[in-house]
Amino acid sequence: MLTYILFMLVVGSIYALLAQSLMLSWGLAGLVNLGLAGFFAVGAYASAMLTTWEHTPIVVGVSAAVLAGGFAGLLVCFSTLRLRDDYLAIVTLGFAEIVRIVASNEVWLTGGTDGISGVPVMIARDTGVWFHLGTLLITVAAVILVYGLQRRLLASPWGRALRAVREDQTVASVAGKSIVRFKAQAFSLAAAIAGLAGALYGHYTSYVAPDQFQPLITIYIFLAVTAGGNARPAGAVLGAYLLVAFLEATRFLAEIAPGVTALQAAALREIAVGIGLVIVLTLRPDGFLPERSQKAPVV
Amino acid sequence: MVDAVLQALVNGVIAGALLAIPALGFSAIFAVLRFPNFAIGALATAGAYIAWVANVTFGLPIVAAIVVAFVSAAILGAALEYGALERLGRGGALMKAIGSLAMAMVIENVVRFFFGNDLRAFDLPLARDLVFGPIRIGPQQITNFIFALAIMVAVWTFLSFSSLGRSMRAVADNADLARLKGINPRLIALVTVAVGSGLCGVGGTLIGLDTSIDPLLGGRVLLSVFAAAVLGGLGSIPGAVAGAFVIGIVEEFTVLALAPAYRLAVGFIVILVVLVIRPSGLLGSKAG
Repeated sequence: MLTYILFMLVVGSIYALLAQSLMLSWGLAGLVNLGLAGFFAVGAYASAMLTTWEHTPIVVGVSAAVLAGGFAGLLVCFSTLRLRDDYLAIVTLGFAEIVRIVASNEVWLTGGTDGISGVPVMIARDTGVWFHLGTLLITVAAVILVYGLQRRLLASPWGRALRAVREDQTVASVAGKSIVRFKAQAFSLAAAIAGLAGALYGHYTSYVAPDQFQPLITIYIFLAVTAGGNARPAGAVLGAYLLVAFLEATRFLAEIAPGVTALQAAALREIAVGIGLVIVLTLRPDGFLPERSQKAPVV
Repeated sequence: MVDAVLQALVNGVIAGALLAIPALGFSAIFAVLRFPNFAIGALATAGAYIAWVANVTFGLPIVAAIVVAFVSAAILGAALEYGALERLGRGGALMKAIGSLAMAMVIENVVRFFFGNDLRAFDLPLARDLVFGPIRIGPQQITNFIFALAIMVAVWTFLSFSSLGRSMRAVADNADLARLKGINPRLIALVTVAVGSGLCGVGGTLIGLDTSIDPLLGGRVLLSVFAAAVLGGLGSIPGAVAGAFVIGIVEEFTVLALAPAYRLAVGFIVILVVLVIRPSGLLGSKAG
């Protein structure tokens, strides 16, 4: 039972990192990333490939995952930043699909649908509960690190400019801000955070395969971020842990429902998540912790 | 080699015609409501399953099943718009896009709940492929192609000659001007969503007739449909049709050269290339 709770907390922390990624690109910069699962996968694969096959230290793998995520983010947003935001939505959705196709088919690179097993873990597995607890501490540390970074960014001139870009591109560009550069920086940084989440995930489960990066993860994180508050780091983190609690609660409910097969139970959960997202978007689009408006600095 | 190329060309034209139907639906909805509706794939899946029930369980002929698919997907699409998405529109087009993605997940899983993940096939007579020199075509492919062409003609007639269709084009062109002329934008949006969703349902049915149906049927063609619409120019109706034929043919040629899985990558690459080189697409006017 303790292991189970620790496992859920680790998953919650990974989701909290993904939620921070989405908060940065969507909540702050207004850039919708429907391919979050793809960047998550890029990070997981980058670190797993390096540490499992090239035997590099985990730190190197994780750093490479952050870079790979950021670079993928730059590539993806590059073609659409000058266009209407809808295009980015379409391109990111496609990106996540492409990552899964490449991961499933390029066996020489990614191990194909079998995935990569035996990915090194951060804490020795034979330490039992300590394995989960230690990993939890590392992931929570990562969440706190990213949270601190986000807070600083938010308070910085860069964060203010980013929100200005989100609220009114024309005004921001008249004020001399380069819209495309701000957007590219925010999107790429957000993708790097998703890459970090992926790497940590791979080093926890010790296994990386295309099936783990289904598009529905992206929907989960959208639910977490909208429920928590899409423009506040604390909201995103809170939302992620709430999401895991919600997912687990629905899992139990589905299991005790009579006459429902495992497949049907899974379908019911996803129906609940989808409807939940639409309800939250409708009723509380600002989440439990709405954005605080900042006072203008005294000149 | 020449034979294989010819065969790919024929297959591509037929695949493109089938793709054009949901692409028309997507583009029409985008043109009038100004948001990318990510639920179109799920609507195609839902239409295909409803047609399958009509055909296999109730023994209706295929043409009747297609009509049933159109009507039920139209009702479902309109219900989604007015039950869930319209209110999200206050938060902007992206909110609706995200909401539509969530609704797609709901529809897909409702289908999975009732039908499971198994492949299902329509009740079709077995027939020998027709052979024209080096090229083979299934009779069902020809029937589907004719259905698709007939639907395109019907849509074109509706948009060109009916007053509703002309109002739709007016709203797509300039919503404010259309309102001044006394056109009710909410009614037009309703009709557009219904017709567009209905087309997606029919498209899903035709694709299901061509192969088989499963809960991911629509999700698999989603990227190709977007690619067709972006290539033609988002929101352009003739563009969507032209784009669909191009995508269909390019996908078949890709299968000749690369692993079949990369058929799905074609759509993504076409979208990227179009957005970099000519964001307004082949026939679109603006992409600001």
